[in-house]
Amino acid sequence: MTDLTRRTAADLAAAIASGEVSALEVAQAHLDRIAKVDDKVHAFLHVDTEGALAAARAVDEKRARGEKLGPLAGVPLALKDVFTTHGIPTTCGSKILEGWLPPYDATVTRRLREADVVILGKTNMDEFAMGSSTENSAYGPSHNPWDLDRIPGGSGGGSSASLAAFEAPLAIGTDTGGSIRQPASVTGTVGVKPTYGGVSRYGLVAFSSSLDQGGPGARTVLDAALLHEVIGGYDPLDSTSINAPVPQVVEAAKLGATQGVGGVRIGVVKQFDGEGYAPGVIQRFRESVDLLRELGAEIVEINAPSFDYALPAYYLIAPSECSSNLARFDAMRYGLRVGDDGTHSAEEVTALTREAGFGAEVKRRIMLGTYALSSGYYDAYYGQAQKVRTLIIRDFEKAFGKADVLVSPTTPTTAFKIGERADDPMAMYLADLCTIPTNLAGNAGMSVPCGLAPEDGLPVGFQILAPALKDDRLYRVGAALEAALLDKWGHPILEEVPAL
Amino acid sequence: MPSITREEVAHLARLSRLDLSDAELDHFAGQLDQIVGAVARVGELPTADVPPTSHAQPLTNVFRADVVRPAGTPILDRAEVLAQAPAAEDDRFRVPRILGEE
Amino acid sequence: MTVATEPLLDFDEALERYDPVMGLEVHVELGTATKMFCSCPTVFGAEPNTQICPTCLGLPGSLPAVNGTAVEWAIRIGLALNCEIAPWCRFARKNYFYPDMPKNFQTSQYDEPISFNGHLDLEVEGQPFRIEIERAHMEEDTGKSTHVGGATGRIHGADYSLVDYNRAGIPLIEIVTKPIEVPGHLAPAVARAYVAELRDLIRALGVSEARMERGQMRCDVNLSLKPKGATKFGTRSETKNVNSLRSVERAARFEIQRHAAVLASGGTIVQETRHFHENNGTTTSGRRKEEAEDYRYFPEPDLVPIAPAKEWVEELRKTLPEPPGVRRARLAADWGISDFDMQSVVNAGALDLIVETIGAGATADQARKWWTGELARTANEQGVELADLPITPAQVARIVALITAGELTDKLARQVVEGVLAGEGDPDTVVAQRGLKVVSDDTALLAAIDDAIAANA
Ligand SMILES: [Mg+2]
Ligand SMILES: [Zn+2]
Repeated sequence: MTDLTRRTAADLAAAIASGEVSALEVAQAHLDRIAKVDDKVHAFLHVDTEGALAAARAVDEKRARGEKLGPLAGVPLALKDVFTTHGIPTTCGSKILEGWLPPYDATVTRRLREADVVILGKTNMDEFAMGSSTENSAYGPSHNPWDLDRIPGGSGGGSSASLAAFEAPLAIGTDTGGSIRQPASVTGTVGVKPTYGGVSRYGLVAFSSSLDQGGPGARTVLDAALLHEVIGGYDPLDSTSINAPVPQVVEAAKLGATQGVGGVRIGVVKQFDGEGYAPGVIQRFRESVDLLRELGAEIVEINAPSFDYALPAYYLIAPSECSSNLARFDAMRYGLRVGDDGTHSAEEVTALTREAGFGAEVKRRIMLGTYALSSGYYDAYYGQAQKVRTLIIRDFEKAFGKADVLVSPTTPTTAFKIGERADDPMAMYLADLCTIPTNLAGNAGMSVPCGLAPEDGLPVGFQILAPALKDDRLYRVGAALEAALLDKWGHPILEEVPAL
Repeated sequence: MPSITREEVAHLARLSRLDLSDAELDHFAGQLDQIVGAVARVGELPTADVPPTSHAQPLTNVFRADVVRPAGTPILDRAEVLAQAPAAEDDRFRVPRILGEE
Repeated sequence: MTVATEPLLDFDEALERYDPVMGLEVHVELGTATKMFCSCPTVFGAEPNTQICPTCLGLPGSLPAVNGTAVEWAIRIGLALNCEIAPWCRFARKNYFYPDMPKNFQTSQYDEPISFNGHLDLEVEGQPFRIEIERAHMEEDTGKSTHVGGATGRIHGADYSLVDYNRAGIPLIEIVTKPIEVPGHLAPAVARAYVAELRDLIRALGVSEARMERGQMRCDVNLSLKPKGATKFGTRSETKNVNSLRSVERAARFEIQRHAAVLASGGTIVQETRHFHENNGTTTSGRRKEEAEDYRYFPEPDLVPIAPAKEWVEELRKTLPEPPGVRRARLAADWGISDFDMQSVVNAGALDLIVETIGAGATADQARKWWTGELARTANEQGVELADLPITPAQVARIVALITAGELTDKLARQVVEGVLAGEGDPDTVVAQRGLKVVSDDTALLAAIDDAIAANA
């Protein structure tokens, strides 16, 4: 039996369904792997050994009873610690929620359980998803399996690291400005931000409500598609959820892998190039574009001048919403309470608790957002950012008139060293340069690995963007590129991850 | 563009209920000033006739029926919820004395 | 807490020198089955924290979902107030911290209310008044705090508080008037009449019981004075949560006298919230608004805009009840009573009860006589609303029928009423059990006397 932790989710599901292996064996193999390597990687904040084994046993029992199993039944998964899990700690990487046991399941959590996916535990993240490196986690950073001194991206670095470290074949992340795609990019994994409203946000602890979007992470495009179909779809508990069928992403992934991208118009965004982009990133990106051309795609150049303003618009909109969303952490109903010694008022206890419970980046963004929404500044900052958002949407509309998908590097550089940008917020923010416009427009995006940068041997991500509700196009193009690169390399890129 | 002073940071901290230390006030003043300077670039684009977008999604009129706890609604157990509270008494959330009035 | 008694100027003297300007903000809790943004029930008086869910408790990850019926009722209220209905509007977040507000923002409406620019007509002392409505918007209620420790059980001096979130998230409609400028001596009465008229309208719409003593309808009285003849408004005070009709009138009157005393002595009014005290009719200082509040309103990103279709609004317009004023005039004519008598009927809270009693067969005169007489007196003595007395219009109608049939005298009928109120059963049961029938032959009378003697022996 080959190492169960090296297999794809699709493969594991088939093996479990056929009886080749039991779900329990699969779960145990991954729990063993976590026990072996997570000291070094620190992908998990909480491992739910008992819950995972119980879920796996339930799958085996179901199979023994002859019941039909879902497409991912028994497959282990790493869940970002920003989704509520009934009775299982949910911290969002923050001290303010340390020890909180949510009394309810997020819709994503519920759908995973209903699909018999085995949730291994909760993964590390930048506090409240604010960051691009997981260094903002109150529980210490995660490490990139490609080089433990480097960041695995963020905010969902725990999820991406768990995939690259073979601790889980599937992971869930959330993408507000790139927090699924950028970690996927720097760890050589696949990450998808579905169309806004495609995956329910109910139970996803909000950072920026109009931008947050949960989505799948995996080691292959097909695996991501399988997970996408499990978690996607309408949820009446989320008023911004799309009431339409989930795009046929599994179908699209299969189509891309077998039939390529003949006739697909691919737009290369002019703005995502030039200063600040590592040469190796640009090189691998261009090679991939050439490969897609060879596969029959039509390549067009796209000019989207407003994209240059996406980063500042994002750093007004997201903090504004976060300043309001995080107001609920006030020490009254759940979570940390500091200073309740009989001498302090509720107001003071709230301020003391938030001071002690929030990290520097969270405080920075709360204050930035408070500033941007203040009377006198609203129009120049928040209001103006929302207008820029309109311009970005218009540029996307124009671009999608010329191209079926847009492509760019996912992030300008490969994984940087832990600590390198720690107290330079502006430098840190640049990691999301290419991913942010999609969030502002509510479109869909994906990152697929496209090779290792020659200068440092670290993974480079290839970003694909599609119009809202056309998530299937991501999978079509992503799977085609993945298949062509696999042909070229002869093995999946993750086989080159050093032994841990 | 206005620069962010220490006093302004103190005001923002009060509004957002953060009991910042003096060192933090200094530190954040510098950083916020730098960030605000950078994000102020949104003002460079001509937007006189551009409407703001608060939501990229073109949805309106998403309503729920006035039906108590339909299937699929998470039901909370009061004891479980109160057990998660920093303090509870008499089936209620116990909070420190309240000063302000609203 | 010691309450310094603030100097007051004589009411008439105050009005010789100043003209009052009022603004009334009324919050009405809708009587929908579920809350504004979640499907929790809204039963009054439920066990603490049993009507809560992740959303109305503000738990991390929870999201709002708009109650369509609440929107419909908000539109009906807007229409009944002669408002324009916004073709497109949004919810906005009002950001401020308060322990009984679980998210530390209130989901409300800001510059895009669902209805605006309306009016409500009233009559005070025979004079007609039109109160202009600025807006009527949707929002959510807060939880309820009980203050523990300290001497008074009030918020000041309490050791800690206990919070019940059952009320958090109940739909509210906030109805805001434009500045009301009426002859000063009538201002308090106009304020009262406005709230009364609004209450009747809300009840007629069937969207809320609007019971002020239960907090289902709460009024903030904003008041300022300006020197006679001046056009510029003075600084206002905001007296919060005035929770009875009588209190609305008293609060307005008190604030006129207080403002006048401050201004007459050369002082200045500070903008602040005030608390009204039912026991002595005074107000005391609440929170000063020196650091102008900055609520940082912005469009609620968890909800999508509301765009009521024209056709829908017109459908709803057809469901509006007869305006209370029109209905009162019609009924007064039907019953052959004066406007003044009709006012007493309304003040007693007897209007609907009389209508129902007539519906059950009683004459208008008889129905009105019982409800505004004997029964109103009893309600008053017991300090309850007339409608809360344990007697139904059908029972009153039956008693009236017994009188008409000559089976009861008025005096005996009062005893029947007493029996019904005491829970002895229906009028006929009470008559039978208490032996209250009018006696028409001597045998029965003698027997009754014998019984009485035996009972007292
Ligand atoms: Mg209000
Ligand atoms: Zn609720």
